Amino acid sequence: MSRQFIRAAAVASIAGLAALPMAGSAVAQDTIKVGILHSLSGTMAISETTLKDTMLFLIDGQNKKGGVLGKKLEAVVVDPASNWPLFAEKARELITKEKVAAVFGCWTSVSRKSVLPVFKELNNILFYPVQYEGEESERNVFYTGAAPNQQAIPAVDYLAKEEKVQRWVLAGTDYVYPRTTNKILEAYLKSKGVKPEDIMINYTPFGHSDWQTIVADIKKFGTAGKKTAVVSTINGDANVPFYKELGNQGISAKDIPVVAFSVGEEELAGIDTKPLLGHLAAWNYFQSIKNPQNDEFIKKWKDFTKNPKRVTNDPMEAHVIGFAMWVKAVEKAKTTDPDKVIDALPGIEAPNLTGGISKMLPNHHITKPVFIGEIKADGQFDVVWKTDGLVPGDAWSKELDGSKDLIGDWVDKKCGNWNTKTNKCGS
Amino acid sequence: MTRAELGSTRRWVFALLALLTAAVFSFEARAQGDAAAYAKALALFSNDSFNDTDTAISGIAASGHPLAAQIVGALQDGRLLFSAETKKVLIKETSGAIIDAGTGEKLASEPAGLSNVRLNNRLRRSVEAALGTLTLMSPDPVRRLEAANAVFKSRDAAALPAIEQAIQKESDARIKRVFSEARAAIILYGSTAKENEKIEAISIIRDRGDQEARGLLAAMPADQTPGVQRAQAEALKTIDNSLAAWAVAQNFWYGLSLGSVLLLAAIGLAITFGVMGVINMAHGEMVMLGAYTTFVVQEIIRTSAPWLFDYSLAIAIPLAFLVAALVGIAIERGVIRFLYGRPLETLLATWGISLILQQAVRTAFGPTNREVGAPHFMSGATQLAGLTITWNRLWIIVFAILIFGALLAALRYTTLGLQMRAVTQNRRMASAMAINTGRIDALTFALGSGIAGLAGVALSQIDNVSPNLGQGYIIDSFLVVVFGGVGNLWGTLVGALSLGIANKFLEPYAGAVLGKILLLVAVILFIQKRPRGLFALKGRAVEA
Amino acid sequence: MITRRLIEAADNRGSIFLALLAAAIVIVPILHLAVPPTSAFHLGTSAVALWGKYLCYALLALSLDLVWGYCGILSLGHGAFFALGGYAMGMYLMRQIGTRGVYAHPILPDFMVFLNWKELPWFWYGFDMFWFAMLMVLLVPGLLAFVFGWFAFRSRVTGVYLSIITQALTYALMLGFFRNNFGFGGNNGLTDFKDILGFSVQSPYTRTVLFMLSAFALALGYIIARWVVTSKAGKVLIAVRDAESRTRFMGYRVENYKTFVFTLSACMAAVAGALYVPQVGIINPSEFTPANSIEMVIWVAVGGRGTLVGAALGAIIVNFAKSTFTTGFLAPYWLFALGGLFVVVTIFLPKGILGLLPQKSEDTSSSGAPAAQPAE
Repeated sequence: MSRQFIRAAAVASIAGLAALPMAGSAVAQDTIKVGILHSLSGTMAISETTLKDTMLFLIDGQNKKGGVLGKKLEAVVVDPASNWPLFAEKARELITKEKVAAVFGCWTSVSRKSVLPVFKELNNILFYPVQYEGEESERNVFYTGAAPNQQAIPAVDYLAKEEKVQRWVLAGTDYVYPRTTNKILEAYLKSKGVKPEDIMINYTPFGHSDWQTIVADIKKFGTAGKKTAVVSTINGDANVPFYKELGNQGISAKDIPVVAFSVGEEELAGIDTKPLLGHLAAWNYFQSIKNPQNDEFIKKWKDFTKNPKRVTNDPMEAHVIGFAMWVKAVEKAKTTDPDKVIDALPGIEAPNLTGGISKMLPNHHITKPVFIGEIKADGQFDVVWKTDGLVPGDAWSKELDGSKDLIGDWVDKKCGNWNTKTNKCGS
Repeated sequence: MTRAELGSTRRWVFALLALLTAAVFSFEARAQGDAAAYAKALALFSNDSFNDTDTAISGIAASGHPLAAQIVGALQDGRLLFSAETKKVLIKETSGAIIDAGTGEKLASEPAGLSNVRLNNRLRRSVEAALGTLTLMSPDPVRRLEAANAVFKSRDAAALPAIEQAIQKESDARIKRVFSEARAAIILYGSTAKENEKIEAISIIRDRGDQEARGLLAAMPADQTPGVQRAQAEALKTIDNSLAAWAVAQNFWYGLSLGSVLLLAAIGLAITFGVMGVINMAHGEMVMLGAYTTFVVQEIIRTSAPWLFDYSLAIAIPLAFLVAALVGIAIERGVIRFLYGRPLETLLATWGISLILQQAVRTAFGPTNREVGAPHFMSGATQLAGLTITWNRLWIIVFAILIFGALLAALRYTTLGLQMRAVTQNRRMASAMAINTGRIDALTFALGSGIAGLAGVALSQIDNVSPNLGQGYIIDSFLVVVFGGVGNLWGTLVGALSLGIANKFLEPYAGAVLGKILLLVAVILFIQKRPRGLFALKGRAVEA
Repeated sequence: MITRRLIEAADNRGSIFLALLAAAIVIVPILHLAVPPTSAFHLGTSAVALWGKYLCYALLALSLDLVWGYCGILSLGHGAFFALGGYAMGMYLMRQIGTRGVYAHPILPDFMVFLNWKELPWFWYGFDMFWFAMLMVLLVPGLLAFVFGWFAFRSRVTGVYLSIITQALTYALMLGFFRNNFGFGGNNGLTDFKDILGFSVQSPYTRTVLFMLSAFALALGYIIARWVVTSKAGKVLIAVRDAESRTRFMGYRVENYKTFVFTLSACMAAVAGALYVPQVGIINPSEFTPANSIEMVIWVAVGGRGTLVGAALGAIIVNFAKSTFTTGFLAPYWLFALGGLFVVVTIFLPKGILGLLPQKSEDTSSSGAPAAQPAE
């Protein structure tokens, strides 16, 4: 397959999906290519397709502003089909065959882990937009989603303070993000004086659909006479049956509130939200946050997708910030050369959609505000609490034994796992 | 005006005036005093602060103002508005009319710049408690029951006089019981009650016996007399014992419910599999199509005929059957027909079809979940002695039994059923008896697919309606059919229910994942013992 | 006899197939390493990695064809053996990381430190030694296949029943490996490998050697498989496929033949898995998903069941198509193409793509290739 054909294919995909008259500009010889690595089929398509559309939208917007370094941007879309080895293969293809300047993509931790060696070997840049378990700081990856300290811990603090919660159910899907988050939360809660018998941890497989027993257990756990809350790291697909069962078994947010880290506007669009009124979610962005940037973004997004009901969510905002930072870094470095852009990125600031300015940190995580929202009947969130300022993302959790001495610093130390005790990189 | 001042005003009035006029006058004075408190509380709503709203709710509830119940009710439904500029608080009635909460006057038009008074969980609890106290005397028994439950949860000591009054007046025995439970809860959490009162209260709560009662007893304030503490410990033990006994029954119910879901998903497969030996990998997608049909029906009803919503599932049932059956016929005529005599290869073709159907639905409806709502009669749960029975699960079990019965009857008493059985037992002989086996195959496939569509309607109530819906059930369905014995409906029934119940009894001990693994291993071992499933079919089909 | 003709045909095709593989073993390294990157003939790393992966899939398809095409055992769980072989290799590669992991623990892999494990689980012992890991690559899947086959074939579990329980087997393994408590890295699996036998897995030389090994393994697998199917035992296998009861009545211990070929096939699949892992850089439980195993069956069907060469060809063609269509404007629609391919092949090409190739004239007179007949 020739390069021309692939290029034509990419152009056609942009033109076809965006239905915008930009074919003329994209055929121009000198463009900067940007890779989009999100699953469009398979189990993860449910979440990732929106992010692909977001990237096309952002690239289109940048091109209307005149592109970057005087060149137009060109999106190269691939479909890794929710297949982890295919993620690695597609990443390699994007970098070696398409010669992209940077890649925006991945959702699950395993897909990120799968492409990681490829990005290190071929020295390119990945922007990863999803909240994740932390415990990682790689030179070639920029984490624009939340680290656990930017989502989980503030949420638990809120529940303890505002709802006087003393008893905790940590429910999650059995994979590394919930495992780690729950481990961090368990350590954190214990350090706050919560007794071990007041913490219940439960793991379920992916796509778990029969929640009768577990919801009944939660209900039972909640009758010990102490205020109980559920901290849910249940993954996307399993949430709908979980919330349906909660509603049917009559667990309302007034009795046992559930705070979720993986349920946003997009997920709620598939649920009848009336029984969920008052359950919580912790994110760094909500569509319902009122400010001029967000209003404008939502309006443009709805115009772009030609769907007035299309919602926005947190990982989308992460791509917005990440993309803006990448553009600024490229302009600062005056080149798309990955090495120079990687060095230029820390310290770059870009406005987020909630009225603040996010900053790229030396550990390749960003500063973000944390919001707690309650589910409203219309499927949106009502922000009931937010942090005073922006919270810097910790690559390594301070709550875990293995990582509390580690920091990531790609500016001074040039090391992702610098041990502050031994003052050495990696041990 | 404070209560003391109020009292002195009243005494002064008493001293001056005659008894009758004094009574009228005192009422007015009290009304004036409370009106000031009411206005003060009302103004707090316009501050848009959760703490102020909380104060406002208790202020309004205590004021005894005629609009109080309406205001709190409006707050609960999100119909209480305020203007940040004028600090006015307005009630939007369900009819759309706007009432000034301060004066009670109806406004001609809705002023600009209004926003809702916001609630969080803490405030929702306050609202519920306030509403409970305010509606204890409501003429509507449903409202009274709600009110009693709200007071039971809030245990607000201020509600005690009201609830005692309510108990006197109540005629409905069930509501009266909840009233006395609410009263007992208040007594247990108050500090003024005597020991014997508390012990009596504990026995009332103990007789309630559910998890909420347990929670209430367990969390009683610690500073109790030894006698109360003993009664508390005994009551907790009694409740725990009865809950543990019921837990077994509850598990059985969960298993039954899971079994009915498996049965629904597998029963269509049992037919196509049994008669034709076709490994229909697109079976899950038929289920998905049924679920999407339900979604489309609801969407049309939402936009054009909202009053029909409670009947949406009833409308969706025949349509889902039809859609899936038609797609089934199309698949049979278009693909499977050419693969007769090559049953294992139909697996490949139908797998391809399943990929196409999934991606087609993804393209048409988008990759995200679609919302399928529950009709009124299918939401919530009921308490049957110690069992919690959720309505949707109950209806799904009923639905599965109905389908199973109908299918059994159809196979037994209709000509088509007779011919199907003939083809299952001996295809060649059936053909020799002038049965058009091709036609029977097509109709059988349509029937199997249609039933999968029906399963989709049911599954839309408990699972995601997404393009991946079918994939989650396909392996389980095959396992059920193989476990029960191919071509035997009773086998499928027994297979589904035993797998469902075994799964639910394993889950509490082994966890959801390990339980499932154990079950899979058990089925693999079972097949070694009985290579043709629980109920092996006799006849030529065995050697097909 | 149809069978003999088939074997002769395979023999003919087989020579071409082996010659092609030999050519690949010689030419690919030259194009990749000796030709300068600027040249039009240069073969990039991604191409070498990609074709190495295809060859592993081809070996896997070959192993499946051996049981399905020649013995009528439709295994819908062959992915399990592939993945187990891959995990054994992955465990060796994990142990090689040593202190270069992010937590720099000398013994425990990162994911164990991550989950606060204090010591290495017993089943990880020995995997730091290459020979032991390679032994396990063959032993674990082989033993599983032997035990599973021994029970299933002795109980005369056949046809769809066998297919469904093989599917249940891989499904159970998938659920198990997804569990983090299981000690194999949960959903993330094993990844971020550094080196193999002291050579960096990312260096072009290692890649080339791995590619050559894959091609060699495929050739060897083909020779073994052909040797088996042309031997006397092979004839019994084909008899089992076409009429199992009759073969049994003639006095053959059908279950022994079946168990043997099933175990052999599992070992071949495991070798494919072991070669696959260092080339794609990750092994995780999604390899166990039943959908994967079904797809493998489809590779065989596309290429031509019961031909060996066809199976390998089918695996390469389907995966090449998959790689191509998942890039560019076709990306959202490639599933239509893939699904359509399966339907078209089963209806119109019962003998697979190999059936399309011109054959000796006598072939056309046959009433139908074995692939067209129901095995069960």
